[in-house]
Amino acid sequence: MARIVMESLSKVYSGGVQAVSDVSLDVADGEMIVLVGPSGCGKSTLLRMVAGLETITSGTLHIGDTLVNGLEPAQRDIAMVFQNYALYPHMSVYDNLAYGLRNRGVPKPEIDRRVQAAAEMLQIGEFLPRKPRALSGGQRQRVAMGRALVREPAAFLFDEPLSNLDAKLRVQMRVEIRQLQKRLGTTSLYVTHDQLEALTLADRLVVLNGGRIEQVGTPMDLYRRPETVFVAGFIGSPAMNMIESAWARATSGLPDGLPAGSDLIGVRPDDLTLAAQPGGLALTGRVALLEPAGAESHVYVTLSNGQTVTYRTQGLPDLTEGAAITLHAPLSALHPFNTATGKRTG
Amino acid sequence: MVENDRWGLLLAHLILILGVAVVVFPVYVAIIASTHAPGTFLQGVMPLLPGSHAVENYRSVIFEGRSNAGAPPIGLMLWNSFVMAVLIAVGKIAVSLLSAFAIVYFRFPFRIFFFWVIFLTLMLPVEVRIVPTYQVVANLGMLNSYAGLTVPLIASATATFLFRQFFMTVPEEMLEAARVDGAGPWRFFKDILVPLSITNIAAMFVIMFIYGWNQYLWPLLVTTDDRYYTIVMGIQRMVTGADSEPLWHLVMATVVLAALPPILVILFMQRLFVKGLTETEK
Amino acid sequence: MQTKRMTFSSGWLPYLLLTPQVAITLVFFVWPASQALWQSMLRQDPFGLRTTFVWFRNFQRLFDDPHYLISLKTTAIFSLATTVLAMSLSLLFAVMVNRMIRSRDAYTTFLVWPYAVAPAIAGVLWWFIFNPSVGILPYMLRGLGIDWNHRLDGTDAMILVVIAAAWKQISYNFLFFLAGLQSIPQSLIEAAAIDGAGRFKRFWTIVFPLLSPTTFFLLVVNIVYAMFDTFGVIHATTEGGPAQATHILVYKVFRDGFVNNNLGSSAAQSVILMAIVIVLTVVQFRWIERRVNY
Ligand SMILES: Nc1ncnc2c1ncn2[C@@H]1O[C@H](COP(=O)(O)OP(=O)(O)OP(=O)(O)O)[C@@H](O)[C@H]1O
Ligand SMILES: [Mg+2]
Repeated sequence: MARIVMESLSKVYSGGVQAVSDVSLDVADGEMIVLVGPSGCGKSTLLRMVAGLETITSGTLHIGDTLVNGLEPAQRDIAMVFQNYALYPHMSVYDNLAYGLRNRGVPKPEIDRRVQAAAEMLQIGEFLPRKPRALSGGQRQRVAMGRALVREPAAFLFDEPLSNLDAKLRVQMRVEIRQLQKRLGTTSLYVTHDQLEALTLADRLVVLNGGRIEQVGTPMDLYRRPETVFVAGFIGSPAMNMIESAWARATSGLPDGLPAGSDLIGVRPDDLTLAAQPGGLALTGRVALLEPAGAESHVYVTLSNGQTVTYRTQGLPDLTEGAAITLHAPLSALHPFNTATGKRTG
Repeated sequence: MVENDRWGLLLAHLILILGVAVVVFPVYVAIIASTHAPGTFLQGVMPLLPGSHAVENYRSVIFEGRSNAGAPPIGLMLWNSFVMAVLIAVGKIAVSLLSAFAIVYFRFPFRIFFFWVIFLTLMLPVEVRIVPTYQVVANLGMLNSYAGLTVPLIASATATFLFRQFFMTVPEEMLEAARVDGAGPWRFFKDILVPLSITNIAAMFVIMFIYGWNQYLWPLLVTTDDRYYTIVMGIQRMVTGADSEPLWHLVMATVVLAALPPILVILFMQRLFVKGLTETEK
Repeated sequence: MQTKRMTFSSGWLPYLLLTPQVAITLVFFVWPASQALWQSMLRQDPFGLRTTFVWFRNFQRLFDDPHYLISLKTTAIFSLATTVLAMSLSLLFAVMVNRMIRSRDAYTTFLVWPYAVAPAIAGVLWWFIFNPSVGILPYMLRGLGIDWNHRLDGTDAMILVVIAAAWKQISYNFLFFLAGLQSIPQSLIEAAAIDGAGRFKRFWTIVFPLLSPTTFFLLVVNIVYAMFDTFGVIHATTEGGPAQATHILVYKVFRDGFVNNNLGSSAAQSVILMAIVIVLTVVQFRWIERRVNY
């Protein structure tokens, strides 16, 4: 149980690649932080810096009250779950769990107690004598979790732990991880590029882009009030529509009352309606494609500037492809941005 | 592929059976010859069917020998060969595992230089530096000893490269997980790396055992005391040592005994042997 | 050359780990080799009392020595014949075995074990089979009107050692050819069959070219084998004779150094052999590197 404090952490690889730039983050005790971002944005690097698997180029890192910059992974009191699990193939599940404890000189009965407890918690008791080779993907994942659990560490570090599982199992394990983490109250850093996973797991989300933090906040904060164009586009599915103000103004669809410098207007597909919104945004175009998706439908509308916007609605709307259509959104649902700064204007 | 080529297949079998016959023939002849009485060979060409003196001949070569005909008992030689083969195999594997571990899992000054030093052993087989190597071993007082027979042959680029190649395929996360689990270099090596390499180690053992058993020139150089003779080099003394025609029935019994252990190793560990052989040389 | 992404950091441990290997290499490989280099430029008087530094005179002498030139030629013939014989037979066997399904393992087992037989023993086996008085082959050859005697006839002796050396090497080549054949995608061969290529055509236009990396690799390995590892074959049987007909270079180094005690000349010969191995090894590794890179 510990707080993790990162101050201006940076990482430059020996080849000169700047993978992480000036990241500061205060992770509260017991908090579940999820790091998201596109591939190559430095999520794993940051996590591995916390783990002690990568050296810290500059900045400081505290776990609990200890400055851990120079400490070995084993001295940092953290446990890690790897994407490919990294189970020791020649050891039984029991030995996989026990290995870290033995290396720390934990007495035998205590090791046994902890392994049994973890095994029970994860329902892998019957697999203890088996080799990892003889387990399914989901079972291996549990063993990897177990290896982290038995250590009773100050923090869990997860690097895309579910990405090797099929979709159904992924949902199930996601729920279990969250429940377990809440029950144990262990501070956790969790890396994923799956935004649904991110939104459902996180106490707070950290969006990384190009090695920098774009925004930190609760999932709802980030969804409701993205601070940058990048976050607006990254969080939410289907992605937020981005409309150029100049074009909207020209078609007299732009409402008054937007902050100065708002040359880009974001609107979520959910917030669009067919009903007119007085004083709101109006977008006129033609229905390009109607995509029924069960309970809801996605409607793709081509505007006169050639841009396609997405409109999400319940059920199957009474629209025909090729027909003219006007979509509306209230002023309160608009996200104004400035393209030069990439920031929200108000 | 559907292909109706019965004659071709028949021909293939024919060629292979002939090939196998050619390959097996010399050993068959040796086994047959080792079962005959000495008199048989005085009457001209040797027979192709077994005789009745097998037990007698083998007992004679192993325990008694014919020292007057340049044939000391070979029981001791078999033992020496066995010791030499095992020491060389174990030594090469141990030394190579350690070097490969250093080269793959550490970064340190002159790493590449050491790699090339190890590589050099490939370029300097004993055969091309016979006399000076003999002098070194003689100066170190290692003539006529097991150490002299084995230590100079223990450096191995082949095995080092094999293990290096294998270590490179061990997932990065294996080391990282071990580090998080609190394993230092030595623990990682003994708890994780060596157990993971066990098939490769076994394959190397087969190959290096055969290599050690079959050494010829080296024992010829460093042993003059027949207590340290190995079986493979000992045979030469039996063939060429005597002035008269060699005692073929005894020579062939010795040949069979000398060839048998490595052949058995190959036959019983064929899988491992093939794997080891074709993977080291890639 | 790569290491792992993450490595251990320890000042002295890697050196300690390398010590056994490097020490043995330096003491028993590098030092003797440099001694050979040094001695190759020295000459001792017949009583071993005085040693003079003679620069490259030992080499010069060697190349003026008809015995050495003959030995060079003998080595070339012996290596080439051994390589060609061992490689062609094993390629033939590998191709045939590769056609088999159920009997593949059985044939393989029968063909691999000569690998385990020491060259010296292979030599003695064939020496016995070809023995003019009791051997089975001269007896059969007499029936064909051929008078075999490798003790008197240089050609017979050469044929004998070539057969013995090649016999032992068949297994090795066979395994590599078989592995090479099995790595050729079946679909390529099927495509060629659909294109109407018959068996022989398929072999020469598809299989053989795709096998060329293996063939080249084996070519180098076999030449090295024939030049250096066959010492036992010669020493245990013909002892270089008759009349130096099988006096290959490695055997000559040994004779001149140990029996004739001509250290300078022996060292010079060692140096030449070293150069040959180094060239062959470099060629081999260059080639492998290139193959890996595409
Ligand atoms: N060992 C290394 N040496 C040099 N550059 C590296 C190294 N490891 C990663 N990088 C670079 O650092 C950047 C960040 O990599 P990182 O693995 O942290 O990305 P990531 O966000 O985890 O991506 P993904 O979602 O694909 O796993 C990338 O540009 C990557 O190419
Ligand atoms: Mg990553």
